[in-house]
Amino acid sequence: MSDTRSDTVSVVERTRAVAAGGAVVGAHFLGRTAVFVLGEEALLFAEPDGEERRMAVHDGAILASAGDGARIVSGGDDGKVVTTDAGSSRVIAADPKRRWIDHVALGPDGAAAWSAGKTAFVQAKELQQFAAPSTVGGLAFLPKGFRLAIAHYNGATLWFPNAPQAAPEPLEWKGSHLGATVSPDGRFLVTTMQEPMLHGWRLAGRQHMRMAGYAARVMSLDWTAGGRWLATSGATQIILWPFHTKDGPMGKQPRLLAPAEPRVEIVACHPQQDIVAAGYGDGMVLLVRIEDGAEILAKKPGDAPVSALAWSADGLLLAWGAEDGAAGVVDLG
Amino acid sequence: MTDKIPVTVLTGYLGAGKTTLLNRILSEPHGKKYAVIVNEFGEIGIDNELVVGADEEVFEMNNGCICCTVRGDLVRILDGLMRRKGKFDAIIVETTGLADPAPVAQTFFIDENVGRRTKLDAVVTVADAKWLNERLKDAPEAKNQIAFADVILLNKTDLVSAEELGEVEARIRGINPYARLHKTERAKIPLGEVLDRNAFDLDRILDIEPAFLAGDGHDHEHAHDHDHERGHDHDHHHAHHHGGLKHYHDEEMQSMSLKSDQPLDPDKFFPWIQDLVQKEGPNILRCKGILAFKGDDQRFVFQGVHMILDGDHQRPWNKDEKRDSRIVFIGRNLPGKTITEGFESCIA
Repeated sequence: MSDTRSDTVSVVERTRAVAAGGAVVGAHFLGRTAVFVLGEEALLFAEPDGEERRMAVHDGAILASAGDGARIVSGGDDGKVVTTDAGSSRVIAADPKRRWIDHVALGPDGAAAWSAGKTAFVQAKELQQFAAPSTVGGLAFLPKGFRLAIAHYNGATLWFPNAPQAAPEPLEWKGSHLGATVSPDGRFLVTTMQEPMLHGWRLAGRQHMRMAGYAARVMSLDWTAGGRWLATSGATQIILWPFHTKDGPMGKQPRLLAPAEPRVEIVACHPQQDIVAAGYGDGMVLLVRIEDGAEILAKKPGDAPVSALAWSADGLLLAWGAEDGAAGVVDLG
Repeated sequence: MTDKIPVTVLTGYLGAGKTTLLNRILSEPHGKKYAVIVNEFGEIGIDNELVVGADEEVFEMNNGCICCTVRGDLVRILDGLMRRKGKFDAIIVETTGLADPAPVAQTFFIDENVGRRTKLDAVVTVADAKWLNERLKDAPEAKNQIAFADVILLNKTDLVSAEELGEVEARIRGINPYARLHKTERAKIPLGEVLDRNAFDLDRILDIEPAFLAGDGHDHEHAHDHDHERGHDHDHHHAHHHGGLKHYHDEEMQSMSLKSDQPLDPDKFFPWIQDLVQKEGPNILRCKGILAFKGDDQRFVFQGVHMILDGDHQRPWNKDEKRDSRIVFIGRNLPGKTITEGFESCIA
């Protein structure tokens, strides 16, 4: 198997190129419109009819973004949290000290969460805040019960923003926890760590899971449809941890797919099928079927690292963006 | 390699003049733009959109190494600053007066994402000419900051007599003879002496005055001519005079330098140095070296902080350049004999 994937089935010719003009740091869909998050200031909308337009949303670097198909929430080094839909954007919070908004997350019923330094905020009906024991490394809503998982040093905390009487629940594990994700069924919380490993908690019974063996810090992780697998970057292949049994990945080996010379930089799972899109350090994008490891080439290698990937909700469009400002939308329909 | 953003780490005990130097860097017309990571907002008198507040959050890595500490907030801030790459030429990290420089330096070696985009240019320590002597006695942080430095600004020289200045300079040299030392008033210095020093000022270790280091009569001539210069097993706090310059040995912090004009065997050197920093890492604050390996036309440079080592080929040896290998260590209670013998055993 050569790294150029020259024999691999290709859908590269179905790509509509988009010139982002600056590093792409995130991608989301609003319906069938691909939205690229640029490293500084703007979102770039690539409409289905081919029109492209830019919307300035921050006065500086965009540090974090999250999307749920209907809106995109972003945080910047201008201290602002901005929500954007197809037509307009609106500042929903501005830090009085202009602290960086490091992380954002979207929750049920229009709720949004963000963090600045050691403070986590949730905006639902009203604004609530929580003082974490140290700088917040990542945020993730649980699917039920309006709970927010907050990753920080030496563990994570489960916080109930609407129930001030309920004490936040600490989950302890030594080290620096930098990112957080909750399985779609709400049973597992997984954090990325400063070390090249993941840490997991089975929330019922508080069991620990240590997922190690990576070559680099894991910067990207995503759940496959229904939460059967957790796909991750950080190695020269896609690492998939099995979560479809009662105990999750405990005592099990991960599945390793689509090996290549460069590392996987970013992953995004298909919204319906067990297919993972993976972006590599050499600019290649592969679509990989988990069942048999079959690969489809979505972008040729030989460019800057892939830094953003997103699927449309119907799973027919794949948006990718790269560190050098190249971007594209692949139409699989 | 070349497009990595250089990072200068600015340390110094409370009141030594760090903020004065920082304000100087930000206000002088040098045509460069700096992103500055400060530990406290408000002290900087310059309005600069690229001034970022840090929390100095230090944590241990989960790798079984107690001296392996990282500044978690720096990882986050540098990740964020890289999104505005192109808006600034270099980064300056100011630490608090009580900070140990090691976690800052180790962050650049341990976090791959940070190391891929930035490089540690130099650790610059501002020292107070009037009070440093006192601080070296009662504040371990102050001693660490001197030991760690690539560049030292001996500041507030106008507040001390020539004799006092000589005394404090000798104390500094007793701990760290390798740093470039500048005597300043109100942190006044050409900024080129502080910024963009490149590669941790590695070449500096090649051109230290041997007389200064070996001046206390233990320059052993061996059959293959490599000299050991170490301030070890000596009468402590015993001042020697060499051409008018006092020479002190610090009770716990020493430096040693090893040199060989014979090429080294990489298959011996790497296992040796790895093993050494594994065992002595907590005591070794800094090490750096320029190495000539047998059959290798490239100069190999490395540096380390405690147990973390980082090295690479730097450039081809020049035709008229002497292919000497030289390494220096700065640390506490260094086992001089073991290190010397270990180094000698690496000769090809």
